[in-house]
This record gives sequence, C-alpha cells and structure tokens, in this order.
Amino acid sequence: MAATPIVELDRVSFGYDAARPVLHEVSLSIEPGSVVGIMGQSGCGKTTMLRIIAGWLKAGAGRSTVLGEDLARLDDAQVFALRRRMGMLFQFGALFTDMTVFDNVAFQMREHTTLPEELLADLVAMKLEAVGLRGAAQLMPSSLSGGMARRVALARAIALDPQLMLYDEPFTGLDPISLGVIARLIRTLNDSLGQTSIVVSHDVEECFGIVDYVYFVSAGRIVAQGTPAELRRSSDAFVHQFVSGAPDGPIPFHYPAPAYVADLAGAGHG
Amino acid sequence: MADPAPNGLVRSLERLGNTATSKIWRLGFAARFFAYTLLHSGTAFRRFGLTIREIYFAGVLSLIIILVSGLFVGMVLGLQGYDTLQRYGSSEALGILVSLSLVRELGPVVAGLLFASRAGSAITAEIGLMKATEQIAAMEMMAVDPIARVVAPRFWAGVISMPLLAVLFSAMGIFGGYLVGVQLIGVDEGAFWSQMQASVDVREDILNGVIKSIVFGIAVTWIAVFEGYDAVPTAEGVSGATTRTVVTSSLAILALDFVLTALMFTGGNVR
Repeated sequence: MAATPIVELDRVSFGYDAARPVLHEVSLSIEPGSVVGIMGQSGCGKTTMLRIIAGWLKAGAGRSTVLGEDLARLDDAQVFALRRRMGMLFQFGALFTDMTVFDNVAFQMREHTTLPEELLADLVAMKLEAVGLRGAAQLMPSSLSGGMARRVALARAIALDPQLMLYDEPFTGLDPISLGVIARLIRTLNDSLGQTSIVVSHDVEECFGIVDYVYFVSAGRIVAQGTPAELRRSSDAFVHQFVSGAPDGPIPFHYPAPAYVADLAGAGHG
Repeated sequence: MADPAPNGLVRSLERLGNTATSKIWRLGFAARFFAYTLLHSGTAFRRFGLTIREIYFAGVLSLIIILVSGLFVGMVLGLQGYDTLQRYGSSEALGILVSLSLVRELGPVVAGLLFASRAGSAITAEIGLMKATEQIAAMEMMAVDPIARVVAPRFWAGVISMPLLAVLFSAMGIFGGYLVGVQLIGVDEGAFWSQMQASVDVREDILNGVIKSIVFGIAVTWIAVFEGYDAVPTAEGVSGATTRTVVTSSLAILALDFVLTALMFTGGNVR
C-alpha cells in the first residue's frame, strides 16, 4: 500500500483576479521521503504552487492537503503551527541582515523554544556543520558570498528539523561550485534527515540530478510529469524544448505581435 | 470621432473616483494595521530587549540632532525674545518666553519633525528593505508574526522615545536661551529663572507639552511602520515610502499640533 502523500493538490486553481488565472486545476501528489521538482519557465505559476503549499495563498478552488491538514480548513494560527513543520529556502536566502550567521540560524529556536543558550549553541553548530559553515558563525550576512548566504539560509531553514522542505529557485545566481554544493546538500539533507523536499527551479541539469520526480508546469497547468529519465526520453514537444533549451517550440520565441511585414510597412510611415 | 468630450469627462471622473477609493482603502488598511499592531504588542513588552534595541536606534541615535537643534532654537529664541521684550522694558520676562515657547510648542513640534526625518525615515527604509529582500516573508514562513516581532517593537520604541526627546529638546533649548539671554546679553539671572519658575505650570504647560509629544510619537511611528510594511518591494518603492513617511508625518504633526493646542490652551476663550 502506498504511503499517505505529504502534499496533495487536487484540481487546485488560483488567480489574483478572475481575469488573470495563475493556476488551473493543478493536481499533484508527493510521497514521503522524495525530492520532487516543479519546473517551468519564469511566470508559469510554479512559485504560486509553492506558496499555496506553504499556506501563504489560499487556493480559489480544489483541495490542498499538506502534512495531513486540509489547508482550506485552517485559520491563521493553525497555518503558523503547520509552518513550524516546514522549512523554506528563499531565492536569495533572505537572511536577516542585522543578525550574525549564528543568530540567523538560532532565530527559530529562540522564537519557538525555550532551550538554554548552551544547548542552542550546540544545535546551531550542528546545523552549520551540516552546510560546512560552522567557522562562519560570527560573520554578518553582508560579508558572505551568494553561495555561502544560501547555505546559511539552508541551515536556518532546517533549524527545527522540518518534515517538508520547500526550495524556491535555490540555484539562481550561483557559480557552478556553489550550485553543485547546494544541489548535493538538498539531496543529502533530505535523505539523512528523513525529509520530503519540493524544489521549484528552471535549472534542468541541476534539478534532474537530485530529484526523484518532476512536474512540468506551463501557463498554470501541469503539462508533463515523470522521473528525470522518463522525461529525457519524452517525445512531448514542450518537455523536449525545455530540456534541450531550444529557443522555439510550443513556447514561442516571439511575444505575440502583429505580422512583421505589416508592422514594418505600417509603422512610422503613416 | 464625433464628440470626444464626454468620454474624456467620464474618464477623468473615473480616475478621480479611483484615486479617492484607493486613498480611503489605504487609510482603512492603515487603521486596521494600527489596531493589529496594538493587539500584537505582547512580544514587544514580554521581550522588552527587542524594544530597548529599537529605542537605541530610534531614540539614542537621534540624541545628537535633537540636542544640537534644541540648543540653537533656544539661542535664537533668546536673541529674538530679548530684542522684542526690551522694547517694552520687560527683558527679564525672557525666561518665561523661552520656556513657554519650548515646552508648549517648539519642543514637541520641532523634536517631532526632527524625529520624523531622522528616525521615522530610517524605520520605513529598514522595514521596506526587509520586505524587498524577503526577510519579512522568511519570518512568516518560520511561523513568526512579523508585526509582533518587527513592527510592534519599533512602534513602541518610537512612542517611548519621542516624549523623552521632546523633553530633552526643551531642556536644551532653555539652556540655549539662558546662554544667550543671561550669559551673553546680560539679562538678570535671578529674574530669568524665578519668572520662569513662577509662570510655568507643571500640569498646564509641561504635561500638555508631553502629551503632545506622545501623540506626535504615536502618529510618526505609526506612519513610519505602516509605510515601510506597505512599501512596494523595489528600490523605487522603498524610496517613495521613505519620502511619504517624512512628508505625511510632518503634516500630521503640524495638523495635530493645531488641534491639540486648540483643545489645551485656549481655555474656553475661543467662541
């Protein structure tokens, strides 16, 4: 018998207003212990999906169940309680710039627990050691490189051992070494801490290297899904274009415009 | 097109309506934000260290500008006051003029204006940048309410700092008036202090001045935290919000000062 999914979206739709739907009847199911990629172009709705899963945005229609809770039934306090079981890595880390690395990682522990400072120091050291930055504990975020900041943010996100980790574009703007480090950390932390992870990204190679399953999103719909191996073999035109990075295909290179000839003939001569 | 005027008129009316609606909506949002901040102020008092830290940034770091400005305003009052009073042969009333001007009006108002531009703008910029760099979002994601953790301590720090700064401004101003009036010009020192002591009432003058500065503190800090929290999370958004904080809170101080003065000092003489 299959385990109960950690996250389940069932025909979830969302739009900021009726004229601009962002998600349209999205369904997905994420098994415990897996690392799942949600991939698609910028603006396709993948970050919105992540925000719905985090209880940030309320789905307009459909049913979203996260860690066994039906999100539609939760009030604000219950959403906050649920979030204590989740961690999120933001695109650029979002470290608190007025605190040291140590205080950033200790933030959640101080806010949500009454642990004595000595124990807290040990826990922070363990989290920082996991991301290889124990020696940077007393630095301020402004003196960290982009990759280091992302790793500190990762240590902060796993501070309270969340069951579900959400990664919002974790690879954006990183050099190849930092990128590889973050990718490996996502996988190893997931496996060693018994988490479940969702990685929203558009970096095909990095993402395919660490995920078990991928959902492709385009214009607010899931257009393809499968394991990385299956998707590499896929004959689906969108998947092929995305994986190979082809400039033209189902996703056109050109923004919709009147016919080129008509435009040239008409513009500036009238 | 036959007659474009009605369309233009309708469009202008629509724009006017939209502007009015959005302003009223924003005012309502600011009021709800204020109420929410008050309701979630528990953390700011339970963990008073958070508020103390903000008092340092908003209050202690404003001390230099407040004290220096107070000194100069008092010195100018001394010069101008003496110049006018000596025409009527009552230059020993200089102490009264300087002290009443400061504790009733200039202390709270000028300290408020300085506080708005020094601390209010800093609060808005800090919260706005925290929003722009997703620090506020990260906090929410870590199940920590940013209003309780970020906004409320800054709000209460402002409310606590403002009257203290206004009092220091007035004290420094009186000292400035004394320096110029007594030490420089040579007004009788005994008359300067004794007339001041006899004419300045603790409840009527000093307490009312402190009440004013508390009201200004609430207004300025509310505007500053709201503008920061509501800022569009971009560079232009934060800079616009910072400007709005200084402009709106300065106008609020002047308008509130008129209302408070009318309530406090007319003594029923205005019909």
